[in-house]
Amino acid sequence: MSLALRPSFPDYESVSKHNNFNPYSDNGGSVVAIAGDDFVVVGADTRLSAGFSIYTREQSKLFPLSANTVLGCSGCWCDTLTLTRILKSRMQMYQQEHNKTMSTTACAQMLSIILYYKRFFPYYISNMLVGLDDEGKGCVYSYDPVGHCERRTFRASGSAGALLQPLLDNQIGKKNMLNAKEEPVSKEAALSILKDVFISAAERDIYTGDSILINIITKDGTTEETFQLRRD
Amino acid sequence: MMNPPAFWQNGPAPGNFYSFPNMQPQMKPEESRQHSQGPVTTSTSILALAYDKGVIVAGDLLASYGSLARYTNCPRIFKVNNNIILGASGDYADFQYVKEFVEQKIITEECLDDGLFLKPKSLYCWLTRILYQRRSKMDPLWNNFVVAGIQDGQPFLGTVDKLGTAYTDKVICTGYGSYIATPLLRDAADKKPQLTLDEARAHIEKSLEVLYYRDARSFPKYQLGIIDVDQGVSIEGPLEISQNWNVAYSIKGY
Repeated sequence: MSLALRPSFPDYESVSKHNNFNPYSDNGGSVVAIAGDDFVVVGADTRLSAGFSIYTREQSKLFPLSANTVLGCSGCWCDTLTLTRILKSRMQMYQQEHNKTMSTTACAQMLSIILYYKRFFPYYISNMLVGLDDEGKGCVYSYDPVGHCERRTFRASGSAGALLQPLLDNQIGKKNMLNAKEEPVSKEAALSILKDVFISAAERDIYTGDSILINIITKDGTTEETFQLRRD
Repeated sequence: MMNPPAFWQNGPAPGNFYSFPNMQPQMKPEESRQHSQGPVTTSTSILALAYDKGVIVAGDLLASYGSLARYTNCPRIFKVNNNIILGASGDYADFQYVKEFVEQKIITEECLDDGLFLKPKSLYCWLTRILYQRRSKMDPLWNNFVVAGIQDGQPFLGTVDKLGTAYTDKVICTGYGSYIATPLLRDAADKKPQLTLDEARAHIEKSLEVLYYRDARSFPKYQLGIIDVDQGVSIEGPLEISQNWNVAYSIKGY
């Protein structure tokens, strides 16, 4: 009897159905960073979610790596937990080996290498590394999950990244405006634009909301600020 | 892949069992390893709520085979030490596997006799690592763990899922409870941020009742774990969910 003629008895199927296990999850979250001449501000929403569930409304997604370097992460939360733990120990190893704190630019390069090291089973995270460079200027490094790295002065990433980047291009980059002159953004302007764009993101993106945690980095160190968003 | 020929038409091959119709050729163990494809004996939601002086955790005693209510006396909330209660939902065998590791950790620690005991944040962190390691091997432990405890005089409540996704919050529910009980408990916790034990217990019991009406994999027998700054750890149960099906008569249209 050929295989095609055999009757099918689902109950006697002895090979288990492939319940494809997915090692990644999209836990949402958005990060926005704006750099100026002598400062950088970075904000991340505090909502951790998966699908239609909000896991928690108060999860910080900003990880201070040194006195003037902060990493913002969004995407797969279990990968974020692992990556930030590795970075923390690498920062400590550098400190103890060289007796100095790693610079922001060195951190940026290290992060790219750590991400590329897992090129074929990547950390599914949109990273944004901000800080002050060797001249004291604000810098924003943004990454893709496999380690491509790019330095910018402003960037939005995460679940509302595609929604917010054009808004930042317009408001900070002065793109598509007539007679607008490009001038360095002030700290106060950067902060108020940051809050405004998050309010907009919370209106349209279900994975962004609850509140934002803002870190303001200047030569004097890092200060924190929170700002409430809609909680629905 | 090469298989030895069957002894007779549709019969077993050497070293194999009888081949049933439509069976796929089995891969040999040395060529591949079967990883867990999904949970088998499953338990449903765990509900947990932090109150002003501690944490309360509840979970029923059922372990199911799919929709079959198979085992009706499976405790899945246990005392780790005087600082921690651990609750789990998902695959019951995986839970028992992890439970043995945790219990061995406690025994090893007691043998040291240095007066130091495992703290909830340490266990929580350790669980994130073992679960993340297994998910990275594409062989996950199919569980959601809930760690409740007291650390530095403050209530601690955290959870870890099968990927190693971990977070802490005042309200944590797993499984179907995350859809039905979380909104009820969050509402209660938002209205009164510092709940007392009695209030927290009332909210948990009400949530269990609502969940029992709607979650087809739930069971009316449950355990309640309470960890309190003053009173320490207690695991109560088996307790019975209060139920009133009179509302069922008013449901029409099905």
